[in-house]
Amino acid sequence: MTLPDAVQATPRLPLDQDGGPVFTAPWEARVFAMTLKAHQAGLFSWGEWAETLGAELAKDDPADTNPLNYYDHWLNAFEKILTAKDVTGAHQLAELKKAWDEAARATPHGDPIELSRIGR
Amino acid sequence: MSHDHDHDHSELSDIELRVRALETLLTEKGYIDPPALDELIETYETKIGPKNGARVVAKAWTDTDYHARLMSDATSAIAELGFTGRQGEHMVAVENTSGVHNMVVCTLCSCYPWTVLGLPPVWYKSAPYRSRAVRDPRGVLKEFGVTLPEETEIKVWDSTAEVRYLVIPRRPKGTEGWSEERLSELVTRNSMIGTALALDPSNQEETA
Repeated sequence: MTLPDAVQATPRLPLDQDGGPVFTAPWEARVFAMTLKAHQAGLFSWGEWAETLGAELAKDDPADTNPLNYYDHWLNAFEKILTAKDVTGAHQLAELKKAWDEAARATPHGDPIELSRIGR
Repeated sequence: MSHDHDHDHSELSDIELRVRALETLLTEKGYIDPPALDELIETYETKIGPKNGARVVAKAWTDTDYHARLMSDATSAIAELGFTGRQGEHMVAVENTSGVHNMVVCTLCSCYPWTVLGLPPVWYKSAPYRSRAVRDPRGVLKEFGVTLPEETEIKVWDSTAEVRYLVIPRRPKGTEGWSEERLSELVTRNSMIGTALALDPSNQEETA
């Protein structure tokens, strides 16, 4: 599948020969898809996103022997842009993370992990 | 042994927790709709690594020594081809034969060997799929369009945090003399989790 031109122009976006995104782990596809959906919902323009992501990518230190991978930066940038747009705050994200962590620990292995309060 | 669980609870990595927190937040605020998100992700599911497992299977079909190594120590045999899991997961290969069909269930991304199989399909993580696959594997297979002879035994394997399974589908008839590369085109992700058979080469030629 191909992506819209604006999305393809995302800084350093890893693409395959067909112009589609490539991922090294399932969560990367998930956060990528969430970013597209959040943009489509009008939370930010793709230009704003490219700028936020670019600023994260620019933090790479060439001397670092264990650099962050592309989607680690992407995830950092996504949290940052949602905070900047007042969609959330660090405290709320920490609370949700904690809730998911507790849900996982309370879930027998092999059962789907669910946050009952969102009814999924 | 296929339903023993070595762990009594689940665990999510820090990254997974952050991603889930964001998804919950955006869902609760109405910015994303989980089914629409899953639908979008489905369009990428072939974009991550499914060819790794397909190459393993194709090599096992053509190279008897490799086949023996894969069956005795799948983790090392898969690593031979340069595919290693980030968490160094322990892989076990289970082979379909005329008498046995294998199927793998697990609802957790964390025990799904995506480095070998690629992204898990959305339905794979659903509770109904898992419970029905365990209770009525033949019925589930039928829904996927796979009808096996009555006498074929169906084994259902439940991945744990320690052991992840790779199903070796049966090599399709009419593929004698095919190269590994050509054979690997017949090995789909679903055939490696046992919800499909390897592609039929007569159909493959038409679509190629």
